[in-house]
Amino acid sequence: MKIVVLTKHVPQAIGEVSFAQDLTMDRAAVRCRLEDSDEYAVEQATRVAARRLDVQVTALTMGPSGAVAALRSALALGADEGVHVLDDALHGCDAPATSLVLAAACRRLGFDLIICGTASADGAMSVVPPMLAERLAVPALCYCDWLGTAEDAVLGRRDDGTILEELTAAMPAVVSVTDRSGEPRYPRFEAVAEARHKLIRTWSLAELGIDAAHVGLSAAATAVRRITRPDPQPATVSGSDPQAAAVRIADFLTERQFL
Amino acid sequence: MRKVLTLVDRERDGAVRRSACALLTIARRLGEPVAVVDGPADPELIKTLGHFGASEIYCLPESTHADSRIESAESAESAESVRGPQSSASTTAAEPLPLLDSAAATSGSQSAPTATDLLHHLAILLDPAAILITAGYRGQETAARLAIRLDSGIITNAVDVRPGPDNTPIAVQRCLAGSYLVESTVVRGVPVITVRPEAARPEPFPATPAVHTVRVDPSPNPVPSVAATPEPRPDRPPLDQADIVVAGGRGIGSRAAFAVLAEVADALGGAVAGSHTAAELGWVPQEARVGLTGKTVHPRLYFACGISGSVRHRAGMQEAKTVVAIGDDPAAPIFHLADLGVLGDARTILPALLAEIRNRKAL
Repeated sequence: MKIVVLTKHVPQAIGEVSFAQDLTMDRAAVRCRLEDSDEYAVEQATRVAARRLDVQVTALTMGPSGAVAALRSALALGADEGVHVLDDALHGCDAPATSLVLAAACRRLGFDLIICGTASADGAMSVVPPMLAERLAVPALCYCDWLGTAEDAVLGRRDDGTILEELTAAMPAVVSVTDRSGEPRYPRFEAVAEARHKLIRTWSLAELGIDAAHVGLSAAATAVRRITRPDPQPATVSGSDPQAAAVRIADFLTERQFL
Repeated sequence: MRKVLTLVDRERDGAVRRSACALLTIARRLGEPVAVVDGPADPELIKTLGHFGASEIYCLPESTHADSRIESAESAESAESVRGPQSSASTTAAEPLPLLDSAAATSGSQSAPTATDLLHHLAILLDPAAILITAGYRGQETAARLAIRLDSGIITNAVDVRPGPDNTPIAVQRCLAGSYLVESTVVRGVPVITVRPEAARPEPFPATPAVHTVRVDPSPNPVPSVAATPEPRPDRPPLDQADIVVAGGRGIGSRAAFAVLAEVADALGGAVAGSHTAAELGWVPQEARVGLTGKTVHPRLYFACGISGSVRHRAGMQEAKTVVAIGDDPAAPIFHLADLGVLGDARTILPALLAEIRNRKAL
């Protein structure tokens, strides 16, 4: 069984982020780390691997050369090998182009299960997992709070606020897991040291058979017009009048669909 | 005026969600609001959507509605055998509207078309100015799949959508934990935009909608099936798996006042938790303690009442998506985490809130 885990290298501290001339995030200028939610994805992959004999876990990332650090973190957390899609043409990819590249890489690797985090801290589109599933014509189990595998099926449980859903699909499939799926382990020193010797392959777009004209900023289907920094909203309101405060809280809960 | 498609987000019992009405309000800024229902339309639904300005409603016929709300369908194998229905969508594009019903050939499969199939069909048929979908678990997936099928640009989690200079919608997103506002437009295909539920307030704009029933073939892509019938959550979910956690601390004042907090938790369908102090004082059981030495929770909503938010408490709850805090100390660290902070006495606000919640639920 082959598991591909999607990983992303994201800015360490959101406050330090700056934007380049073309309104893309200047990733070279900030310190980056493995995306938190991807740690949960790696953790789930290693949990599946621990219960079966025949599992190979591959961590896959695309991004600038620094992104290899995210792969090293994933390898320390338990992935067996890494694949880095590295190409200058990838700069400024939107979500559909990202899914195009990742789908090609997954096809080349071969997979039974693709595990992703739900949303990244920097973009938070949370649409790459279903897009990947659509491109690969496989089912997607998104936002799973719990993940399990049967012999050739994948099971997931999710909670959409009003009901609990139990999802089943035949493998191959794409799964995205939430941070409620189980705390990722803290890697032992031996695992970190061992990760330095694990294989990381670097693939270019040409090797994946993707025309560079279909990816990157110039091929993006969305264009950023403007980026502004909002004034922080007054998040604290006075509660001297309990009735007014109760209405304000109830309004807030309704807005966020908790009511 | 070009049509703007909005996918109607519904409760499991079929009732229209507030966010669906808000989408119609947003759609009215961009063009002619059209409601798309991934199921059959009943009079109640038509009335609600008309009240908020839907000029047309497209829905699925009764028979194909197995339970498309949860996109339940058959296994991968039988889906594999139903090939190529998407081609029928492009052929029907040339047909006039009254022939919609005859659009699809019977595939002989039990599967229901998903919201994606329906929207894909309508997008080709109507060439709308935009497709708006509520951002949620299903909404994000529908939007993502739709964008790939239509080869369109997608913008997710918009907090505001407004018409741009050349009538293309401009969507505003909050990025990097809300520290930046990014305004984007879609430059290829029909814009697919998912909108945060809180992006707009629904404004009534009574209209009499024309109702069209559309027959769509399900796509050949396998979709996950719902293995067990989704069960309603138990009254009090286990704390570490709870979606909503209502927690109290020293500011609650007494065990009797804690009972009100528990009632608020029940009204919201959440779990009850306590700070270190509340557990030490015996107001909540020890296993309901959240913090460094207690449980770690990852809820969507963490409602902190009379909790200052010490380091050891924050260690257990800082992963919460939304934090609402009530407390009387403006310097309390919990207010740095809170999406909404209320400076006041939790003992007086909670009973008022409980009444308000019960009031709104009764509507």
